[in-house]
Amino acid sequence: MKKLRQPLWILRSLAVLAGGASILSCFSNRQNEGAKLYETHCSNCHGSQGEGLKRLIPPLAGADYLVQHRAELACLVRKGKQGPLLVNGVDYNQVMPPADSHLTDSQITNILNFVQTSWGNKGEIFTIREVSEQLRGCGGSDGR
Amino acid sequence: MMLSSFRRALHVGLLALGSAVALTACSDKTEESQVLPYIGERDVRPRADGGPADTIFAAIPSFTLTNQDGQTITNQTFAGKVYVADFFFATCPSICPKMQSEMLRVYEQFKGNPKVLFLSHTIDPAHDSIPVLRDYAQRLGIQDASRWHFATAPHDTIFGLARRYMTAAQKDGGVPGGYAHSGTFALIDSERHIRGVYDGMVKEEVDRLIQELPLLLKEEAAKQPKAQ
Ligand code: HEC
Repeated sequence: MKKLRQPLWILRSLAVLAGGASILSCFSNRQNEGAKLYETHCSNCHGSQGEGLKRLIPPLAGADYLVQHRAELACLVRKGKQGPLLVNGVDYNQVMPPADSHLTDSQITNILNFVQTSWGNKGEIFTIREVSEQLRGCGGSDGR
Repeated sequence: MMLSSFRRALHVGLLALGSAVALTACSDKTEESQVLPYIGERDVRPRADGGPADTIFAAIPSFTLTNQDGQTITNQTFAGKVYVADFFFATCPSICPKMQSEMLRVYEQFKGNPKVLFLSHTIDPAHDSIPVLRDYAQRLGIQDASRWHFATAPHDTIFGLARRYMTAAQKDGGVPGGYAHSGTFALIDSERHIRGVYDGMVKEEVDRLIQELPLLLKEEAAKQPKAQ
Protein backbone atom coordinates (compact mmCIF):
# COMPACT_ATOMS: atom_id res chain seq x y z
CA MET A 1 0.00 0.00 0.00
CA LYS A 2 2.70 2.47 1.08
CA LYS A 3 4.75 1.87 -2.03
CA LEU A 4 1.81 2.52 -4.28
CA ARG A 5 1.09 5.87 -2.83
CA GLN A 6 3.71 7.91 -4.54
CA PRO A 7 3.20 6.66 -8.09
CA LEU A 8 -0.51 7.01 -7.53
CA TRP A 9 0.02 10.58 -6.45
CA ILE A 10 2.06 11.27 -9.53
CA LEU A 11 -0.50 9.56 -11.72
CA ARG A 12 -3.18 11.56 -10.09
CA SER A 13 -1.53 14.91 -10.72
CA LEU A 14 -0.82 13.83 -14.27
CA ALA A 15 -4.48 13.07 -14.62
CA VAL A 16 -5.39 16.46 -13.27
CA LEU A 17 -2.94 18.02 -15.69
CA ALA A 18 -4.49 16.05 -18.49
CA GLY A 19 -7.58 17.97 -17.60
CA GLY A 20 -10.66 16.88 -15.74
CA ALA A 21 -9.62 13.22 -15.59
CA SER A 22 -9.11 13.36 -11.83
CA ILE A 23 -12.37 11.44 -11.39
CA LEU A 24 -10.32 8.35 -12.21
CA SER A 25 -8.72 8.43 -8.79
CA CYS A 26 -12.09 7.76 -7.16
CA PHE A 27 -12.27 4.39 -8.79
CA SER A 28 -10.65 1.34 -7.43
CA ASN A 29 -8.96 0.09 -10.53
CA ARG A 30 -6.50 -2.51 -9.37
CA GLN A 31 -7.21 -5.08 -12.03
CA ASN A 32 -4.42 -7.25 -10.67
CA GLU A 33 -5.72 -7.53 -7.16
CA GLY A 34 -9.18 -8.16 -8.54
CA ALA A 35 -7.85 -10.98 -10.73
CA LYS A 36 -6.06 -12.62 -7.82
CA LEU A 37 -9.05 -12.38 -5.53
CA TYR A 38 -11.28 -13.77 -8.25
CA GLU A 39 -8.93 -16.72 -8.72
CA THR A 40 -8.97 -17.45 -4.97
CA HIS A 41 -12.62 -16.88 -4.12
CA CYS A 42 -14.68 -17.34 -7.26
CA SER A 43 -13.00 -19.29 -10.04
CA ASN A 44 -13.49 -22.78 -8.60
CA CYS A 45 -17.17 -22.29 -9.20
CA HIS A 46 -17.60 -19.70 -11.93
CA GLY A 47 -14.57 -20.87 -13.91
CA SER A 48 -11.33 -19.09 -14.79
CA GLN A 49 -13.02 -17.56 -17.82
CA GLY A 50 -16.26 -16.75 -16.00
CA GLU A 51 -17.91 -19.48 -18.03
CA GLY A 52 -19.92 -21.10 -15.21
CA LEU A 53 -20.82 -24.80 -15.30
CA LYS A 54 -23.73 -25.98 -17.40
CA ARG A 55 -27.00 -25.28 -15.60
CA LEU A 56 -25.41 -25.67 -12.15
CA ILE A 57 -23.35 -22.49 -11.88
CA PRO A 58 -24.29 -19.36 -13.81
CA PRO A 59 -21.70 -17.62 -15.99
CA LEU A 60 -20.27 -14.21 -15.20
CA ALA A 61 -18.95 -13.65 -18.71
CA GLY A 62 -21.65 -11.91 -20.69
CA ALA A 63 -24.20 -12.32 -17.89
CA ASP A 64 -27.24 -10.03 -18.19
CA TYR A 65 -27.64 -10.49 -14.44
CA LEU A 66 -24.71 -8.15 -13.81
CA VAL A 67 -26.53 -5.32 -15.55
CA GLN A 68 -30.00 -6.07 -14.23
CA HIS A 69 -28.94 -6.55 -10.61
CA ARG A 70 -26.04 -4.14 -10.39
CA ALA A 71 -27.31 -2.63 -7.14
CA GLU A 72 -27.30 -6.05 -5.41
CA LEU A 73 -23.92 -7.40 -6.49
CA ALA A 74 -21.86 -6.32 -3.47
CA CYS A 75 -24.32 -7.93 -1.05
CA LEU A 76 -24.50 -11.04 -3.23
CA VAL A 77 -20.75 -11.51 -2.89
CA ARG A 78 -20.81 -10.75 0.85
CA LYS A 79 -23.83 -12.87 1.77
CA GLY A 80 -24.06 -15.47 -0.96
CA LYS A 81 -27.23 -16.38 -2.78
CA GLN A 82 -29.65 -19.22 -3.05
CA GLY A 83 -32.93 -19.99 -4.70
CA PRO A 84 -34.01 -19.82 -8.33
CA LEU A 85 -32.36 -17.20 -10.49
CA LEU A 86 -32.30 -16.43 -14.20
CA VAL A 87 -29.14 -15.63 -16.15
CA ASN A 88 -29.32 -15.09 -19.91
CA GLY A 89 -32.65 -16.89 -19.99
CA VAL A 90 -31.37 -20.02 -18.22
CA ASP A 91 -32.70 -20.90 -14.78
CA TYR A 92 -30.30 -21.80 -11.98
CA ASN A 93 -31.12 -23.02 -8.49
CA GLN A 94 -28.07 -23.86 -6.38
CA VAL A 95 -26.36 -22.35 -3.41
CA MET A 96 -23.64 -19.74 -3.63
CA PRO A 97 -22.08 -19.53 -0.15
CA PRO A 98 -20.96 -16.25 1.38
CA ALA A 99 -17.33 -15.39 0.57
CA ASP A 100 -15.16 -18.06 2.22
CA SER A 101 -13.15 -15.58 4.22
CA HIS A 102 -13.73 -11.96 5.11
CA LEU A 103 -13.41 -9.61 2.17
CA THR A 104 -13.14 -5.89 2.81
CA ASP A 105 -15.30 -3.39 0.96
CA SER A 106 -12.36 -2.49 -1.24
CA GLN A 107 -11.58 -6.13 -2.03
CA ILE A 108 -15.19 -6.68 -3.07
CA THR A 109 -14.91 -3.57 -5.22
CA ASN A 110 -11.81 -4.96 -6.91
CA ILE A 111 -13.40 -8.33 -7.57
CA LEU A 112 -16.54 -6.78 -9.02
CA ASN A 113 -14.50 -4.48 -11.23
CA PHE A 114 -12.45 -7.42 -12.44
CA VAL A 115 -15.71 -9.18 -13.36
CA GLN A 116 -17.10 -6.03 -14.98
CA THR A 117 -14.08 -5.66 -17.26
CA SER A 118 -13.02 -9.25 -18.05
CA TRP A 119 -13.89 -11.84 -20.73
CA GLY A 120 -15.41 -9.21 -22.97
CA ASN A 121 -17.55 -7.71 -20.21
CA LYS A 122 -17.86 -3.96 -20.43
CA GLY A 123 -19.84 -3.24 -17.30
CA GLU A 124 -19.89 0.04 -15.47
CA ILE A 125 -17.08 0.27 -12.90
CA PHE A 126 -17.88 0.39 -9.16
CA THR A 127 -16.43 2.92 -6.73
CA ILE A 128 -15.59 1.81 -3.21
CA ARG A 129 -18.12 4.31 -1.94
CA GLU A 130 -20.86 2.73 -4.05
CA VAL A 131 -19.93 -0.75 -2.83
CA SER A 132 -19.87 0.38 0.84
CA GLU A 133 -23.29 1.93 0.37
CA GLN A 134 -24.67 -1.28 -1.10
CA LEU A 135 -23.12 -3.26 1.73
CA ARG A 136 -24.59 -0.99 4.39
CA GLY A 137 -27.96 -1.90 2.92
CA CYS A 138 -27.43 -5.52 3.96
CA GLY A 139 -25.50 -4.77 7.15
CA GLY A 140 -22.27 -5.95 5.52
CA SER A 141 -20.06 -2.88 5.18
CA ASP A 142 -16.85 -2.72 7.16
CA GLY A 143 -15.90 0.74 5.89
CA ARG A 144 -12.52 -0.52 4.65
CA MET B 1 -6.12 -71.70 -15.89
CA MET B 2 -3.17 -70.92 -18.10
CA LEU B 3 -4.45 -67.44 -18.59
CA SER B 4 -4.90 -66.75 -14.91
CA SER B 5 -1.45 -67.92 -13.91
CA PHE B 6 0.00 -65.93 -16.75
CA ARG B 7 -1.84 -62.91 -15.45
CA ARG B 8 -0.55 -63.55 -11.99
CA ALA B 9 2.99 -63.64 -13.29
CA LEU B 10 2.29 -60.43 -15.11
CA HIS B 11 1.01 -58.85 -11.92
CA VAL B 12 4.11 -59.85 -10.02
CA GLY B 13 6.27 -58.46 -12.79
CA LEU B 14 4.29 -55.28 -12.63
CA LEU B 15 4.97 -55.01 -8.95
CA ALA B 16 8.65 -54.72 -9.68
CA LEU B 17 8.01 -52.32 -12.50
CA GLY B 18 5.63 -50.29 -10.41
CA SER B 19 8.13 -47.89 -8.95
CA ALA B 20 10.02 -47.48 -12.21
CA VAL B 21 6.79 -46.64 -13.97
CA ALA B 22 5.80 -44.20 -11.27
CA LEU B 23 9.16 -42.48 -11.54
CA THR B 24 9.15 -42.11 -15.28
CA ALA B 25 5.44 -41.29 -15.39
CA CYS B 26 3.96 -40.29 -18.70
CA SER B 27 7.07 -39.09 -20.48
CA ASP B 28 8.32 -42.65 -20.73
CA LYS B 29 7.43 -44.30 -23.98
CA THR B 30 8.77 -47.80 -23.38
CA GLU B 31 6.63 -50.94 -23.26
CA GLU B 32 6.36 -51.11 -19.46
CA SER B 33 4.73 -47.75 -19.13
CA GLN B 34 1.97 -48.84 -21.47
CA VAL B 35 0.43 -50.95 -18.72
CA LEU B 36 -1.10 -49.14 -15.77
CA PRO B 37 0.15 -50.06 -12.30
CA TYR B 38 -1.96 -51.65 -9.56
CA ILE B 39 -2.45 -49.13 -6.80
CA GLY B 40 -3.04 -49.71 -3.12
CA GLU B 41 -1.99 -52.20 -0.52
CA ARG B 42 -1.11 -55.65 -1.66
CA ASP B 43 -0.71 -58.89 0.09
CA VAL B 44 1.44 -61.85 -0.89
CA ARG B 45 -0.04 -65.14 0.29
CA PRO B 46 1.96 -68.36 0.19
CA ARG B 47 -0.02 -71.13 -1.42
CA ALA B 48 -0.84 -74.26 0.55
CA ASP B 49 0.43 -76.49 -2.27
CA GLY B 50 3.81 -74.76 -2.25
CA GLY B 51 3.24 -73.23 -5.68
CA PRO B 52 4.07 -69.63 -6.50
CA ALA B 53 2.61 -67.21 -3.94
CA ASP B 54 -0.60 -65.38 -4.77
CA THR B 55 -0.46 -61.62 -4.88
CA ILE B 56 -3.68 -60.09 -3.66
CA PHE B 57 -4.20 -56.56 -4.93
CA ALA B 58 -6.34 -54.02 -3.16
CA ALA B 59 -9.85 -54.21 -4.58
CA ILE B 60 -13.04 -52.23 -4.24
CA PRO B 61 -15.31 -54.14 -1.83
CA SER B 62 -18.86 -55.17 -2.66
CA PHE B 63 -21.30 -52.29 -2.52
CA THR B 64 -24.96 -51.50 -2.96
CA LEU B 65 -25.90 -47.93 -3.81
CA THR B 66 -28.88 -46.10 -5.27
CA ASN B 67 -28.49 -43.82 -8.27
CA GLN B 68 -30.30 -40.66 -9.42
CA ASP B 69 -33.02 -42.72 -11.10
CA GLY B 70 -33.69 -44.61 -7.87
CA GLN B 71 -32.09 -47.75 -9.30
CA THR B 72 -29.95 -50.07 -7.22
CA ILE B 73 -26.38 -50.26 -8.42
CA THR B 74 -23.78 -52.77 -7.32
CA ASN B 75 -20.39 -53.98 -8.49
CA GLN B 76 -22.35 -56.01 -11.03
CA THR B 77 -23.48 -52.76 -12.68
CA PHE B 78 -19.82 -52.22 -13.58
CA ALA B 79 -19.00 -55.80 -14.60
CA GLY B 80 -16.94 -55.98 -17.77
CA LYS B 81 -16.44 -52.21 -17.75
CA VAL B 82 -13.95 -49.75 -16.40
CA TYR B 83 -15.13 -46.76 -14.40
CA VAL B 84 -13.99 -43.51 -12.87
CA ALA B 85 -15.17 -42.77 -9.33
CA ASP B 86 -15.24 -39.64 -7.22
CA PHE B 87 -16.92 -38.16 -4.14
CA PHE B 88 -18.82 -34.87 -4.04
CA PHE B 89 -21.91 -33.22 -2.63
CA ALA B 90 -24.46 -30.99 -4.29
CA THR B 91 -24.03 -28.00 -1.99
CA CYS B 92 -20.25 -28.25 -1.74
CA PRO B 93 -18.93 -24.71 -1.58
CA SER B 94 -15.30 -25.37 -2.30
CA ILE B 95 -13.82 -27.86 -4.72
CA CYS B 96 -16.77 -29.76 -6.18
CA PRO B 97 -17.84 -27.52 -9.04
CA LYS B 98 -14.29 -27.47 -10.36
CA MET B 99 -13.93 -31.22 -9.79
CA GLN B 100 -17.19 -32.08 -11.48
CA SER B 101 -16.38 -29.83 -14.42
CA GLU B 102 -13.10 -31.73 -14.81
CA MET B 103 -14.99 -35.03 -14.54
CA LEU B 104 -17.36 -33.75 -17.19
CA ARG B 105 -14.34 -33.19 -19.43
CA VAL B 106 -13.38 -36.86 -19.03
CA TYR B 107 -16.99 -37.92 -19.62
CA GLU B 108 -17.17 -35.87 -22.82
CA GLN B 109 -14.06 -37.67 -24.09
CA PHE B 110 -15.44 -41.15 -23.49
CA LYS B 111 -19.19 -40.74 -23.71
CA GLY B 112 -19.18 -42.59 -27.03
CA ASN B 113 -17.70 -45.69 -25.39
CA PRO B 114 -20.18 -47.78 -23.37
CA LYS B 115 -17.27 -49.64 -21.74
CA VAL B 116 -16.45 -46.55 -19.70
CA LEU B 117 -18.76 -45.59 -16.83
CA PHE B 118 -18.70 -42.86 -14.21
CA LEU B 119 -19.69 -42.99 -10.56
CA SER B 120 -20.02 -39.94 -8.32
CA HIS B 121 -20.87 -40.65 -4.69
CA THR B 122 -22.49 -38.04 -2.51
CA ILE B 123 -20.84 -37.65 0.88
CA ASP B 124 -23.88 -35.74 2.15
CA PRO B 125 -26.65 -38.33 1.83
CA ALA B 126 -28.82 -36.48 4.35
CA HIS B 127 -29.20 -33.56 1.95
CA ASP B 128 -28.60 -35.20 -1.42
CA SER B 129 -31.80 -37.20 -1.81
CA ILE B 130 -32.52 -38.96 -5.08
CA PRO B 131 -34.46 -35.97 -6.49
CA VAL B 132 -31.57 -33.66 -5.53
CA LEU B 133 -29.09 -35.98 -7.26
CA ARG B 134 -31.30 -36.21 -10.33
CA ASP B 135 -31.59 -32.44 -10.53
CA TYR B 136 -27.83 -32.09 -10.10
CA ALA B 137 -27.08 -34.63 -12.83
CA GLN B 138 -29.53 -33.05 -15.24
CA ARG B 139 -28.18 -29.59 -14.57
CA LEU B 140 -24.74 -30.94 -15.36
CA GLY B 141 -26.16 -32.19 -18.66
CA ILE B 142 -26.19 -35.91 -17.82
CA GLN B 143 -29.48 -37.37 -19.02
CA ASP B 144 -28.38 -41.01 -19.13
CA ALA B 145 -27.98 -42.37 -15.60
CA SER B 146 -26.62 -45.67 -16.90
CA ARG B 147 -23.40 -43.95 -18.04
CA TRP B 148 -22.80 -41.62 -15.13
CA HIS B 149 -24.30 -42.67 -11.82
CA PHE B 150 -24.80 -40.11 -9.07
CA ALA B 151 -25.14 -42.41 -6.12
CA THR B 152 -26.16 -42.37 -2.51
CA ALA B 153 -26.06 -44.84 0.38
CA PRO B 154 -26.06 -44.62 4.17
CA HIS B 155 -23.41 -42.28 5.50
CA ASP B 156 -21.13 -45.03 6.88
CA THR B 157 -21.23 -47.01 3.65
CA ILE B 158 -20.14 -43.97 1.66
CA PHE B 159 -17.34 -43.00 4.01
CA GLY B 160 -16.08 -46.57 4.15
CA LEU B 161 -16.04 -46.70 0.36
CA ALA B 162 -14.31 -43.33 0.05
CA ARG B 163 -11.31 -44.73 1.89
CA ARG B 164 -11.19 -47.70 -0.45
CA TYR B 165 -11.21 -45.37 -3.46
CA MET B 166 -8.36 -43.43 -1.84
CA THR B 167 -10.44 -40.35 -1.19
CA ALA B 168 -10.07 -38.68 2.16
CA ALA B 169 -13.51 -37.60 3.35
CA GLN B 170 -14.76 -36.62 6.75
CA LYS B 171 -17.35 -34.51 8.50
CA ASP B 172 -15.71 -31.30 9.64
CA GLY B 173 -17.71 -28.48 11.14
CA GLY B 174 -14.69 -26.23 10.72
CA VAL B 175 -14.71 -26.08 6.93
CA PRO B 176 -17.23 -24.40 4.64
CA GLY B 177 -19.95 -26.86 3.74
CA GLY B 178 -19.30 -29.10 6.74
CA TYR B 179 -17.28 -31.79 4.96
CA ALA B 180 -13.59 -31.98 4.22
CA HIS B 181 -12.69 -34.17 1.30
CA SER B 182 -10.15 -34.55 -1.46
CA GLY B 183 -10.93 -34.37 -5.14
CA THR B 184 -9.51 -37.75 -6.08
CA PHE B 185 -10.57 -39.50 -9.28
CA ALA B 186 -9.97 -43.25 -9.11
CA LEU B 187 -9.80 -45.40 -12.23
CA ILE B 188 -11.12 -48.92 -11.62
CA ASP B 189 -10.66 -51.93 -13.88
CA SER B 190 -13.18 -54.70 -14.55
CA GLU B 191 -11.76 -56.71 -11.64
CA ARG B 192 -12.31 -53.95 -9.09
CA HIS B 193 -8.65 -52.98 -8.91
CA ILE B 194 -7.53 -49.36 -8.73
CA ARG B 195 -5.35 -48.65 -11.75
CA GLY B 196 -4.95 -44.91 -11.45
CA VAL B 197 -5.46 -42.12 -8.93
CA TYR B 198 -5.66 -38.52 -10.12
CA ASP B 199 -6.18 -35.16 -8.49
CA GLY B 200 -9.44 -33.93 -10.00
CA MET B 201 -8.57 -30.35 -9.13
CA VAL B 202 -5.50 -30.28 -11.36
CA LYS B 203 -6.03 -30.05 -15.10
CA GLU B 204 -2.73 -31.79 -15.93
CA GLU B 205 -3.67 -34.74 -13.71
CA VAL B 206 -7.02 -35.04 -15.42
CA ASP B 207 -5.27 -34.87 -18.80
CA ARG B 208 -3.17 -37.81 -17.62
CA LEU B 209 -6.35 -39.76 -16.81
CA ILE B 210 -7.67 -39.03 -20.30
CA GLN B 211 -4.40 -40.37 -21.75
CA GLU B 212 -4.18 -43.43 -19.51
CA LEU B 213 -7.76 -44.62 -19.74
CA PRO B 214 -7.32 -45.98 -23.29
CA LEU B 215 -4.35 -48.07 -22.05
CA LEU B 216 -6.64 -49.80 -19.60
CA LEU B 217 -9.29 -50.29 -22.29
CA LYS B 218 -6.66 -51.93 -24.48
CA GLU B 219 -5.68 -54.28 -21.68
CA GLU B 220 -9.32 -55.12 -20.98
CA ALA B 221 -10.02 -55.79 -24.65
CA ALA B 222 -7.04 -58.16 -24.81
CA LYS B 223 -8.16 -60.24 -21.86
CA GLN B 224 -11.82 -60.58 -22.74
CA PRO B 225 -12.81 -63.29 -25.18
CA LYS B 226 -14.03 -61.70 -28.36
CA ALA B 227 -17.81 -61.31 -28.34
CA GLN B 228 -19.41 -63.03 -31.33
C1 HEC C 1 -19.32 -22.53 -4.29
C2 HEC C 1 -19.51 -22.01 -5.60
C3 HEC C 1 -19.49 -20.50 -5.81
C4 HEC C 1 -18.51 -19.60 -5.46
C5 HEC C 1 -17.18 -19.90 -4.72
C6 HEC C 1 -18.94 -18.32 -5.95
N1 HEC C 1 -20.15 -18.43 -6.56
FE1 HEC C 1 -21.22 -16.94 -7.42
N2 HEC C 1 -22.76 -18.22 -7.72
C7 HEC C 1 -22.76 -19.56 -7.44
C8 HEC C 1 -24.07 -20.10 -7.69
C9 HEC C 1 -24.46 -21.56 -7.52
C10 HEC C 1 -24.88 -19.04 -8.10
C11 HEC C 1 -26.37 -19.12 -8.39
C12 HEC C 1 -27.10 -19.10 -7.05
C13 HEC C 1 -28.56 -19.45 -7.15
O1 HEC C 1 -28.90 -20.36 -7.91
O2 HEC C 1 -29.38 -18.81 -6.45
C14 HEC C 1 -24.01 -17.86 -8.14
C15 HEC C 1 -24.42 -16.60 -8.56
C16 HEC C 1 -23.57 -15.51 -8.74
C17 HEC C 1 -23.93 -14.26 -9.37
C18 HEC C 1 -25.27 -13.90 -9.98
C19 HEC C 1 -25.55 -14.67 -11.24
C20 HEC C 1 -24.57 -14.40 -12.36
O3 HEC C 1 -23.97 -15.38 -12.84
O4 HEC C 1 -24.39 -13.25 -12.75
C21 HEC C 1 -22.81 -13.47 -9.34
C22 HEC C 1 -22.67 -12.05 -9.88
C23 HEC C 1 -21.77 -14.22 -8.67
N3 HEC C 1 -22.27 -15.46 -8.32
C24 HEC C 1 -20.49 -13.74 -8.44
C25 HEC C 1 -19.55 -14.43 -7.67
C26 HEC C 1 -18.29 -13.85 -7.26
C27 HEC C 1 -17.79 -12.46 -7.65
C28 HEC C 1 -17.65 -14.79 -6.52
C29 HEC C 1 -16.33 -14.68 -5.80
C30 HEC C 1 -16.27 -13.67 -4.76
C31 HEC C 1 -18.51 -15.97 -6.47
N4 HEC C 1 -19.65 -15.70 -7.17
C32 HEC C 1 -18.20 -17.16 -5.82
C33 HEC C 1 -21.69 -20.29 -6.98
C34 HEC C 1 -20.52 -19.75 -6.48
